[in-house]
Amino acid sequence: MSKNLKYKWLLILAVVIASLYGIIGLPKSLEQVGDNFRRNVRLGLDLRGGSHLVLQVQVQDAFKAEADQVIERLKEDLARAGIIYEDINRNDPASLEEADTIQVNLRGVPLDKTGPFRALITERYPQWALTAVSSSEYRLNIRPTEALALRRDTVERAIRTIENRINGLGLAESTVQQRGRSDAESEALVQMPGVDDPARVKAILQTAALLEIAEVKDGPFATMEQALAKHGGVLPLNTRLVKQLQRAGENFEGWFLLNRTPVITGRDVRNARPGRDEFGKWETDFTLAQDAARRFGRYTEANIGNRLAVVLDGQIRTAPVIQSRIEDSGRITGASDEQEAADLALVLRAGSLPASITYLEERTVGPSLGSDSIRQGFLAAIVGLIAVVAVMLLYYRKSGINATVALVLNAFILVAVLGYFEAVLTLPGIAGIILTIGMAVDSNVLVFERIREELRIGKAVPAAIDTGFGKAFLTTIDTHVTTIVACAFLFMFGTGPVKGFAVTLVIGLTANIFTAVFVSKSMFEYGLSRRRQVASLSI
Amino acid sequence: MQLFKDTKFDFLGKKWPFIIFSLVLLAAGIGSLVVKGGPRYGIDFRGGALMYVKFMELPAIDKIRSALSARVPGEISVQRIVGTNEIMVGTELKDEKALDAARRQMIETLALNFGEQSGRLDFNNAGQQALIERLREPLLKQGAGASDEELQKAVAGMLAMRDGAPHSGLLTSFDQLSAVEGVTPAMIAALKQECYLAPFSIRSVEVVGPKIGAELREQALMATLLALGGMLVYVAFRFEWIYGVAAVLAVFHDTLITVGLFSLLDMEISLTVVAALLTLVGYSMNDTIVIFDRVRENLKLMRKESFPSLVNISINQTLSRTVLTSGLTFLTVLALFLFGGQVLRGFSFALVVGVVIGTYSTIFIASPILLFWQNLLEKRKRAAVLAPATADSRKSGAKSVR
Repeated sequence: MSKNLKYKWLLILAVVIASLYGIIGLPKSLEQVGDNFRRNVRLGLDLRGGSHLVLQVQVQDAFKAEADQVIERLKEDLARAGIIYEDINRNDPASLEEADTIQVNLRGVPLDKTGPFRALITERYPQWALTAVSSSEYRLNIRPTEALALRRDTVERAIRTIENRINGLGLAESTVQQRGRSDAESEALVQMPGVDDPARVKAILQTAALLEIAEVKDGPFATMEQALAKHGGVLPLNTRLVKQLQRAGENFEGWFLLNRTPVITGRDVRNARPGRDEFGKWETDFTLAQDAARRFGRYTEANIGNRLAVVLDGQIRTAPVIQSRIEDSGRITGASDEQEAADLALVLRAGSLPASITYLEERTVGPSLGSDSIRQGFLAAIVGLIAVVAVMLLYYRKSGINATVALVLNAFILVAVLGYFEAVLTLPGIAGIILTIGMAVDSNVLVFERIREELRIGKAVPAAIDTGFGKAFLTTIDTHVTTIVACAFLFMFGTGPVKGFAVTLVIGLTANIFTAVFVSKSMFEYGLSRRRQVASLSI
Repeated sequence: MQLFKDTKFDFLGKKWPFIIFSLVLLAAGIGSLVVKGGPRYGIDFRGGALMYVKFMELPAIDKIRSALSARVPGEISVQRIVGTNEIMVGTELKDEKALDAARRQMIETLALNFGEQSGRLDFNNAGQQALIERLREPLLKQGAGASDEELQKAVAGMLAMRDGAPHSGLLTSFDQLSAVEGVTPAMIAALKQECYLAPFSIRSVEVVGPKIGAELREQALMATLLALGGMLVYVAFRFEWIYGVAAVLAVFHDTLITVGLFSLLDMEISLTVVAALLTLVGYSMNDTIVIFDRVRENLKLMRKESFPSLVNISINQTLSRTVLTSGLTFLTVLALFLFGGQVLRGFSFALVVGVVIGTYSTIFIASPILLFWQNLLEKRKRAAVLAPATADSRKSGAKSVR
């Protein structure tokens, strides 16, 4: 073997070893081979089963909440400063895009208080821009930098909460990613391989899980009107009316007037778990963090005999009478089964969502379809490969072995590189592989046909091989580069599946230039180097 | 073994019947597209909820449709997957929240009409967690309580049996599970008491909001057009611009015919079909470039040949490779079409069609475009000889004639 050829073989050997390592790692036992293989060659959700969700964080909810908070603070500040106004309210942005248009309107600020009013706003509310609509009417708009920060923060917190909930569900290998280019984008992609109950997961992710425990000021009332009538049509300062959640087989009391500022919120919850009450019915028990427990202890001690309301997502779950000092635990009763109690415990542990979420997309492949797809896809691949190899061997005899080795090595490198990139193999990826195989077969056929042509016109075997490869190489480069150029565009401008196709194809084609040209030629050269006189070639 | 040796088929002499055949196919496809108001997009591109449901024994389609129509909003479509016990049910809605609700209602309606209403859990559509929670207590009551780990392992085994071959999601009797490792007779008894086996299994669910659908459609189209443009520029740069135009026109012809066929056969264009169309573009382009490459090489070697016979020679020289390559690729995609299963059906169909059309279009579409252009140049050149005053402006075009 010439020195040059030796180096070629060393390079090929290195690539083979690197590919092998990429696919099966460094196994110590036969069992590990399988494990490593499954870890490195990862199938996409469309092939193995699982759920793919795209959800959108309704950021405008957080903007509204922010404006509500400003209104509450303003009411207090203005009362303290002795500024009497007629009315304060906010607008109601309906969609995500309009979130930035949030504004707080103030009417009837007395003319002689204009100076102190302006000073108060500039000093206490620097995040809001004040505009005078008329001499006594004002508008507060959130500043753009503040709006951007709020958007980002909301999305980030929502995604973190969703991550927590998914972790709480114990869904292995699941991922949550922000979608879109700038980080102010409000969409997230959740991928959950192997999940077999997506409807339940969707419900859990969507629960706001906003827990509040608030003092009951008055009630219950059968209707909202009754409650209002009792207080002369206007709610007392810092209170709100909340309805009790109606459930089958439970005593429904109606509306309660609650203190607007809760004693305890979901943030104070340290742990939550499903449990049973004294009648054996399912409930969710929670414990409070230390300082919240102290606060709650003081509060309950001072309010024995009064009622408390446990409010979840704007609805009262229970409104018990305080019997004694409660330190650090509470419970939410009325779950219909263990799963509901457990799910509620989970979302309480994971924290509440800062804004509601909407699902834009769901793609679920059930476990039985996933397992069918893998089996059938595997069968199709084997049948296809056997057919191709059989024809190549039949048609090109011993040279067919070259083509087979090149093809198999190509597939091998492709799978390994996908593993190195931590890319998953999806259906469109398989399309890319099929095109790769088609073009790989083509490259080999091109070369062999060229060699045959050269042999026909009477060239000696080594020369025929050389010219054959040389001429076919040009064609191969043209076809491959054209396709790679197309892939570059698909990758840049395409979305998920189109991108997956492009990535697999580029890897496959690059590998093919190596295998069909370099490896195959080296094999021919090796064959030649072993024989002194070469009169014929099995092709 | 050799298929073709020094063949001298006059492909280009017989081009007209094939061009007419292409035109008829194109006209039929485009006609169908126009009549049906564009391609039939899958749920991915349109926005809607779609479900594949496999039945033990397929009930009457009308019964399923009327049951769903009564409870689920939107226009309900129910379609049988040919040759299987599976159906595809879908509804098209323009609002994300309504879609999510419709998804739930579709499953509820199926359970209501074809399942049981006993409050027992449907084993064939249950998740692992739900099953574990359902079984834990009855087992404890029977005094056959298993540790969480044992129970989890047993349930995972049951589900693997349910989902794998030969059951593929549909068990008919709980006794089938007794062979699973770790499953005790007590568990089977608890299963029989707490669960039932619905005669259907939800195989897949797709819910795509209209906004995402439109976005996907636009992006797929734009990426494809840009990719075609990129190929045109590259081929034009490597050969001559008319080669780029001819190659891209041929590929465009293939795509249009395939999309037209989908419309004629009333098949849906989904996101995976788009991936198949991209594959077909790549394949057809590859085939075209191989022959163009030979034409370019022969232009240097055979200066005396007329252009039509030179193209003919090139096609004949590469004939064995064309037949072998497309034959082998055809075998591969045919394997996928026959064995690849339902998920891959539309996808592999597009490929099967694509390989045939992609090969044929190189010979009968791309090459004739080259010829047509050369003829045009020749004519102009002759005209230019008669009127030498305008000869200068044609020089640049004439160099490729030879």
